[in-house]
Amino acid sequence: MILITCPHCGPRQESEFTYGGDGANARPAAPEDVDDAAWIDYLHLRDNHKGPHDELWQHVQGCRRWLQVRRDVVTHQVISCHVLSADIADLADSADMVEGER
Amino acid sequence: MSKYSLTSLIRHGLTGHRGWKPAWRHPEPKAEYDAVIVGGGGHGLATAYYLAKNHGTTNIAVLEKGWLGGGNTGRNTTIVRSNYLLDGNAKFYEHGMKLWEGLSQDLNYNVMFSQRGVLNLAHSKGQLETFRRRGNAMRLNGIDAEILNRDDVAKFVPAMDTSPNTRFPIEGGLLQPRGGSARHDAVAWGYARSADQRGVDIIQNCEVTGIRRDQNGVLGVETSRGYIATKKIGLAVAGHSSQLAAMADVRLPIESHVLQAMVSEPVKPVLDTVVTFGAAHLYVSQSDKGELVMGGDIDGYNSFAQRGSLAVIEHVTTCLVALFPQFSRLRILRTWGGIMDMTTDGSPIIGTTPVPGLFLNGGWCYGGFKATPASGWVFAHTLATGQPHALNAELSLDRFHTGRVLDEKGAGPYPWLH
Ligand SMILES: Cc1cc2nc3c(=O)[nH]c(=O)nc-3n(C[C@H](O)[C@H](O)[C@H](O)COP(=O)(O)OP(=O)(O)OC[C@H]3O[C@@H](n4cnc5c(N)ncnc54)[C@H](O)[C@@H]3O)c2cc1C
Ligand SMILES: [Zn+2]
Repeated sequence: MILITCPHCGPRQESEFTYGGDGANARPAAPEDVDDAAWIDYLHLRDNHKGPHDELWQHVQGCRRWLQVRRDVVTHQVISCHVLSADIADLADSADMVEGER
Repeated sequence: MSKYSLTSLIRHGLTGHRGWKPAWRHPEPKAEYDAVIVGGGGHGLATAYYLAKNHGTTNIAVLEKGWLGGGNTGRNTTIVRSNYLLDGNAKFYEHGMKLWEGLSQDLNYNVMFSQRGVLNLAHSKGQLETFRRRGNAMRLNGIDAEILNRDDVAKFVPAMDTSPNTRFPIEGGLLQPRGGSARHDAVAWGYARSADQRGVDIIQNCEVTGIRRDQNGVLGVETSRGYIATKKIGLAVAGHSSQLAAMADVRLPIESHVLQAMVSEPVKPVLDTVVTFGAAHLYVSQSDKGELVMGGDIDGYNSFAQRGSLAVIEHVTTCLVALFPQFSRLRILRTWGGIMDMTTDGSPIIGTTPVPGLFLNGGWCYGGFKATPASGWVFAHTLATGQPHALNAELSLDRFHTGRVLDEKGAGPYPWLH
């Protein structure tokens, strides 16, 4: 069982979280400006590091925050865990806005 | 090398079985081969065998960092089926099924292939409808498929709780009668022995650590037992596909994840088919030794650890007890994990890569054991001719760039959801 220390809720077991995949795989800032090859790279290709790995987890059964976790995928040891900051907060704001406008 | 037969068994019996010879040689690596296959699991060994048998290419080596079949081949729950929806998968796996049907004879090695049927349970009318669709697609591809209602299921698996009072009542199921299971180690050993007999060098304890190449293509492999020159490299390393491809600067649509399996203590025969409970996630069969062999979903996060979390084991056994309440008193004997090469569309990749001379066989997700014969067959063709066989044309690496992905579930580019 992986123990993830959520900065908001403290140490919690893995089953409270859902996995969000590779956290280093950045979505092109302006998808309409990149060519197909670059978009497909983002969509499908992964570094799949063996060792420390940056990844996303959501604390769905806790604070529901998205977390940026660095974890060793050979030992399963969590190296660091931060609340995912600016980008996602912006996204959440814009989602609120869309809701507000409706 | 001698042929295994009833007479050879009797003959060796007369001398107390002390005369059996090792089933394959342990040669030193040569300086150069016509082709090098990396990975001595079922796929690498089958590829070597069919290269020798179908294409007459025998100056080849299989390089294995550990021991034969020590990877996923020796860790899997051995379910063999060809019940796929999409043409690109269905025809490929059905070719495999046909090879399975004659494999013990072809290899002169008993792989204990048992066509006991694979039954997918449906727990709602909607799920049964999607099974009907898949079953019809299978039949259109010439593959056996039967839809069972609840009474049929009750007759087919008498030990299972099919009453309407269970937590998840059974609505029916999709049965592939020709599906079943096989003995995993025997598949690796049978291919190894037959490939070795045809002159293939099988080299264990030999880890590939680098790929040498120039602008024209590959030149050879660096290994823990020295440099080996070759113009053709076939990768068949399952969970380490990304690592090997990265040695030639190729990035893959693959993430490595851990899948666990477990067995109970052995009991008398009680389950004579393979049952899958997809709605919650369990598949179970009974081995010839009597153990219940079970697995479920991957743990769901990137892993190279060959072990997973207790939560999944609890989930799998909970599902088992829901279907078969009488198994609640059985004890779990062993659990283990293997590293799955999960692709972003859930289907495998067999074919060429952007690097000339480098070929890839990987992305097997949960389901590569059943593919072993077909995978070796078409990968051998691809290595020998430089072109995909008709059966792996759709399984190409460039399908991710052309958009012709083979996503059976429609789950999207999230490897852990397939
Ligand atoms: C728990 C579990 C249950 C499964 N259940 C089923 C099932 O019921 N049905 C089914 O069809 N499939 C199942 N699978 C999947 C199936 O086991 C695999 O897809 C299949 O065995 C892959 O075979 P392979 O030869 O490609 O890989 P492996 O058998 O893993 O062989 C790859 C080999 O490459 C070697 N290797 C890696 N790196 C290097 C290197 N650098 N140099 C040299 N050698 C290297 C490894 O040591 C390994 O032996 C299951 C898998 C697991 C783990
Ligand atoms: Zn939290």
